Amino acid sequence: MGNHSDDHPAKPEGTSEVEAKAGQTVLDKFENPGLPPHRPRLADTEPRAAKRAERQVVVLFLISVIGTLLFFFAYFGVHLDQSIGALRLQNMLLGLGTAFAMLGIGTGIVHWAKTLMPDHEVSEERHELRSEADRQDAVEIADTIIEEAGIKRRPLIRNTLIGAIALAPLPAIVMFRDLDLNPDVNKLRHTMWKEGTRLVKDPTGTPIKAADVTIGSAFHVIPEGLNELEEGKLNEKAKAVVLLMRLNPDELHPSPGREDWGYNGIVAYSKICTHVGCPVALYEQQTHHLLCPCHQSTFDLTQECKVIFGPAKRPLPQLPIKVDAEGYLVAQSDFHEPVGPSYWERG
Amino acid sequence: MKALSLKRRHPLAVLALLLMGLLLTGGLYTLATSVNQAKAETTTYSAEDVEQGEKLFIANCATCHGMGASGSKDGPSLVGVGAASVDFQVGTGRMPLQAQGPQAPQKPQQFNAEQTKQLAAYVASLGAGPSVPAAEFLDGKGDAAEGGELFRVNCAMCHNAAAAGGALTQGKFAPSLAGVTPEHIYEAMITGPQNMPVFNDANITPEQKRNIITFLQTIEANGSPGGNDLGALGPVSEGLFVWIAGLGLVIAFTIWLTSRTS
Repeated sequence: MGNHSDDHPAKPEGTSEVEAKAGQTVLDKFENPGLPPHRPRLADTEPRAAKRAERQVVVLFLISVIGTLLFFFAYFGVHLDQSIGALRLQNMLLGLGTAFAMLGIGTGIVHWAKTLMPDHEVSEERHELRSEADRQDAVEIADTIIEEAGIKRRPLIRNTLIGAIALAPLPAIVMFRDLDLNPDVNKLRHTMWKEGTRLVKDPTGTPIKAADVTIGSAFHVIPEGLNELEEGKLNEKAKAVVLLMRLNPDELHPSPGREDWGYNGIVAYSKICTHVGCPVALYEQQTHHLLCPCHQSTFDLTQECKVIFGPAKRPLPQLPIKVDAEGYLVAQSDFHEPVGPSYWERG
Repeated sequence: MKALSLKRRHPLAVLALLLMGLLLTGGLYTLATSVNQAKAETTTYSAEDVEQGEKLFIANCATCHGMGASGSKDGPSLVGVGAASVDFQVGTGRMPLQAQGPQAPQKPQQFNAEQTKQLAAYVASLGAGPSVPAAEFLDGKGDAAEGGELFRVNCAMCHNAAAAGGALTQGKFAPSLAGVTPEHIYEAMITGPQNMPVFNDANITPEQKRNIITFLQTIEANGSPGGNDLGALGPVSEGLFVWIAGLGLVIAFTIWLTSRTS
């Protein structure tokens, strides 16, 4: 026992000596390489190369300006007639214009920094934190940067840069201006459906007889009168579209109060996804799942279109339907809740 | 039961089977809530076809669909599914099913046209159902513009706007429609194979089905008007393009940013 405790302190001392020696032999060979020798660039030594680089930067900034102008030409200048070609042309010019506007500024600044701004190496020692003196230093550094960047000596670069940067955000402002800033929320609450509106086929507008809907069928439905609308037809359609399906009535499990919303296994649900409003129309007639192609929200038709997978939060709203005297399918009322994605005022 | 099975080769057995089939059909027909009007037979089947079809059926299909096609736990009853369904499922090689799975895949046909016709004749004899479409609706000379509109409303969400196909849930998929014969497209619409909904003649009229087929043939013949369509699959192939071309561009910029200036 005593022996052991006597030996104990000696042992680690010995090992640490060995380790230190081994470490020193390695460290002896490692030298601080220091900074590599400074190699001047072409533009540092030759004024003609500097002048050429300056012109290149100016050209890149001008490309940005031209890109922005191209955007505006496409936005206001391309006349959108009925042909798909004009739309394609406009899309392409909008994209190219924005790309040139952004890339021109970016590549211009990088080219400027790489060729004209000083590239000498600066090393700074770590030091104690000071307050007043630091502030003074910061101002000096900023001054040095402005001085070294040569923005005062090269007015052409300065002017084109200011021009490009001033123009580049304008497309975004123009596009946001065109958004409806003051929407009437009540428009979202109601659709064209009301009591007695016939369910008709999209796009032909033919009314649907209940007897025509066989088991396993899926009908794409719009309200009667939608095709005759003069104005806002697409907006109304985007809210009112419905998918009509027929299942074996035993497979449906309506909650209390909703038993008579369908007819003999025929049910109608809003086609607008409650996530971000894409048309949910992928109906699997064996599993009775409705799938949204955009983000894979899956709704179970047998459980009143409850969300069983994906990012959607609410079930699809059901359109209560009945059959009129002539056997045609008609709506009992509008949807009982707003269709489509959630919004603040929905409550 | 054993005595009955011993008599199955009796000359009158076929008659008895037919009688049973008729009774079953009649009974199911009155029970069925389905009101799909079976169209008049456009293809005529001889008694010979039915007889040969039954033999083929018993040898190849009865294991799952049951004797007399009345269904079992492995396969649904085929009474009333009609000739169109058989022509589609067998004609595209989906049936006989190769393996249980989320969806019956298309594979080389196991029966030739004659045998397919005989099987169709047999199943059609079991009960009224959608029949093989008439040639006048398959000629591809309809209104492609109207067909395109109908396709975008009824089909494009699953089969893709360019009919290139798309994914469904849990391993199921909507196949590409490129290269599918007009006959099979028409039959798929009226019968709703696998998870496809049924588009009966009250939903999409035969003339409209002809227009849809015309549209599909038009887009297949004309190709992509905007240059290379990258398979027209949408986000998958376009995403791959962005990964390769877009990331290549990003890497090129990175190299430029960090390179020394001469």
